[in-house]
Amino acid sequence: MEKRLLTGVHLWQGNEACAEGALAAGLTLFAGYPITPATEISERLSARLPAVGGTFVQGADELDSITIIIGAAWGGAKVLTATSGNGICLMQENIGYACITETPLVVVDCQRAGPATGAATKTMQGDFYTVRYGSNADYAIIALAPSSPQEMFDLTIEAFNLSEQYRVPTFVMADEAIAHMRERVVVPEHVEDFPRRKPTVPPDQFVPWRADPETMVPRMAHFGEGYSMPVPGLTHGEDGRPSASYEIHSAMVRRLVDKVESKADQIARYEALFLDDAEVVVIAYGSVARSAERAVRDLRAEGVKVGFLRLITLWPFPDALIRRALGKARNVVVAEMSVGKLVREVERALAGAAEVKLFSKPGVSLHTPREIISFVREVA
Amino acid sequence: MKKRGLIHVNSTYCSGCGICVEFCPRKVLELSPELNRKAVHVVYAARPEDCTPCRLCEIYCPEFAIAVEQKELA
Amino acid sequence: MEAVQVKHPALEYYQTGSGGDPTIWCSGCGIGQVWHFTVRAMEELELDPDKVVWVGGSGCTGRMCTYWNHDLMHTLHGRPLGFATGIKLANPELTVICHMGDGETSAIGGNHLIQSARRNVDLVAICVNNFNYGMTGGQFSPATPLGGITKTSPGGHRVASFDLCELVTAAGATYVARWTTAHPRQSITAIKKAIQNQGFSYVEIVAQCPTHYGRNNRLGDGADMMKWQKDVSLRVDKAAGMSREELQGKIVIGEFVSIQRPEYGGILRSFWPEGEEGNNG
Repeated sequence: MEKRLLTGVHLWQGNEACAEGALAAGLTLFAGYPITPATEISERLSARLPAVGGTFVQGADELDSITIIIGAAWGGAKVLTATSGNGICLMQENIGYACITETPLVVVDCQRAGPATGAATKTMQGDFYTVRYGSNADYAIIALAPSSPQEMFDLTIEAFNLSEQYRVPTFVMADEAIAHMRERVVVPEHVEDFPRRKPTVPPDQFVPWRADPETMVPRMAHFGEGYSMPVPGLTHGEDGRPSASYEIHSAMVRRLVDKVESKADQIARYEALFLDDAEVVVIAYGSVARSAERAVRDLRAEGVKVGFLRLITLWPFPDALIRRALGKARNVVVAEMSVGKLVREVERALAGAAEVKLFSKPGVSLHTPREIISFVREVA
Repeated sequence: MKKRGLIHVNSTYCSGCGICVEFCPRKVLELSPELNRKAVHVVYAARPEDCTPCRLCEIYCPEFAIAVEQKELA
Repeated sequence: MEAVQVKHPALEYYQTGSGGDPTIWCSGCGIGQVWHFTVRAMEELELDPDKVVWVGGSGCTGRMCTYWNHDLMHTLHGRPLGFATGIKLANPELTVICHMGDGETSAIGGNHLIQSARRNVDLVAICVNNFNYGMTGGQFSPATPLGGITKTSPGGHRVASFDLCELVTAAGATYVARWTTAHPRQSITAIKKAIQNQGFSYVEIVAQCPTHYGRNNRLGDGADMMKWQKDVSLRVDKAAGMSREELQGKIVIGEFVSIQRPEYGGILRSFWPEGEEGNNG
């Protein structure tokens, strides 16, 4: 049997690294539909996953894929799917279902230029809100944005752990550039995993949807373990039975949102450069962050007091982190490959504390370091 | 020994649909002419001595409201 | 009201607190009957209820799982078979039973239906066919017969319907049967065979919806509709050779398919290296 953890140094494509990260995290069932630019994840797993005793399913479409992985999670599996923006759209009702049933699962979104079929082979960061607010009604999810194949490996593992800890769908927001580039990836000897939190009491004492008061997350019994587990798509109280009362509905919705949003600071992952004395702060994520970092270093070398915040956690949006990162600066530049989505959250979080300028390139072409340097010089 | 059935009806569950009345091969059952508190004509055994028991009423009841207890008679 | 000493046998598996006395279904509705047929089939096979998962979607039939007092998954409209496939792949020891309405099975759920049949996933798919979408008030479905009056075909339905048994047979199902609520013993036997079949089993049970389809088409109450179902039923051997037009207005009942072929989970597990036990669940 092949090994899950390929300890050592590799030259991997982002998608390959992502697949390997999932295997390292303990993936046991994958279901996905071919879609540019995520397809390589499926292809690698079609060979690697069965070779380590897991199950590979090629879904008939994204609805098939997402329903299969949600069901499998309740049968005891650790699950993943990978797609692009179009597939996320098709999965939306199921994302909401995974939220109301608090099903741990990871979804990789290798973003591409849209809308609709768009430019399938070109990069973009347009799904920023799609993964957060694309399903109906109120819920919360977690989303992480890798900036390199190494992070495709590391953050996929982190995504599995967060999805188990918070019992929430967790997105890995890659973009085509990150998905397809090849870089050095180091796989360690050992990987930390957050094991699924199973009930600590016997079935007759187990209240299926009663949350731990501290974590706001219930424990998860799988089917076939004797816990007579009701997994409801309807609004429900602690006993899992359907209810349409205001008290039960509002309590459930608030807990589903608060269990994640109230822990935004703990979940916030980021990288910060030169923020201490910055007068201008550049904020970016994913592939754009690579150009932004280069631009910021070059500007600093010329004496411009510019700082850089690379967001890794996109959701829950790290309001407090943004405010802290601003420090004494009064100018912010947000560089993103969309018409302007991240910028809205930054503006909201700063509430007028700084002048926020958007450098937008809505897909296909990545911001270059030179372009970012010119933009910052103009506004700083 | 002759077998006989003793009919038990849960009047909270019975919705008076009349399916058991229709399909009882021995015409044991009738719907009560009175309405209960839920405005339902609840079923009852009008001719209990004719119950075999075949348990068709049990199989057909959509509300799990009727049960047949088997009794032996001398 | 005095305490009932002897309870209906189905109540052994019935979950209180899910709404209604005992359920939300209308007086005379056939869904409760199919619920009982299902638990009867499980009992006669002596299945361990802790290893049986009920999966439902939306709608009246979708609610069947919420009254089952063991593991259940109440899923999205049209998609029980997708979730069920995942459950079964993760833990092949479980018996997974899906209850779906006719609209759920054949309209929004169409792709899940044919893919599950093609893959021959070891599942039991029970389609409760009452010729309309009941929960939303009685609109037509892809199973509504020609001429059927519904909320969205007030002048009578004019578009052809599926023969769902033919559809799943063509897609590859390995056990296919159709009965009605007026055929309880045959329905129970079919569900038993469906459970025992190691592959995709489809059992369609035509059931009365007196509140909508029955009232809209003047078919009477629950008992009247069951008598009507029995009257228009035609055994599959008698129906052989008859055309679509000749079969108009009839319900063809019986066992259509009972074959063996490799089952999906087994095929996927065959990709494991020699001697590998697998690591799901």
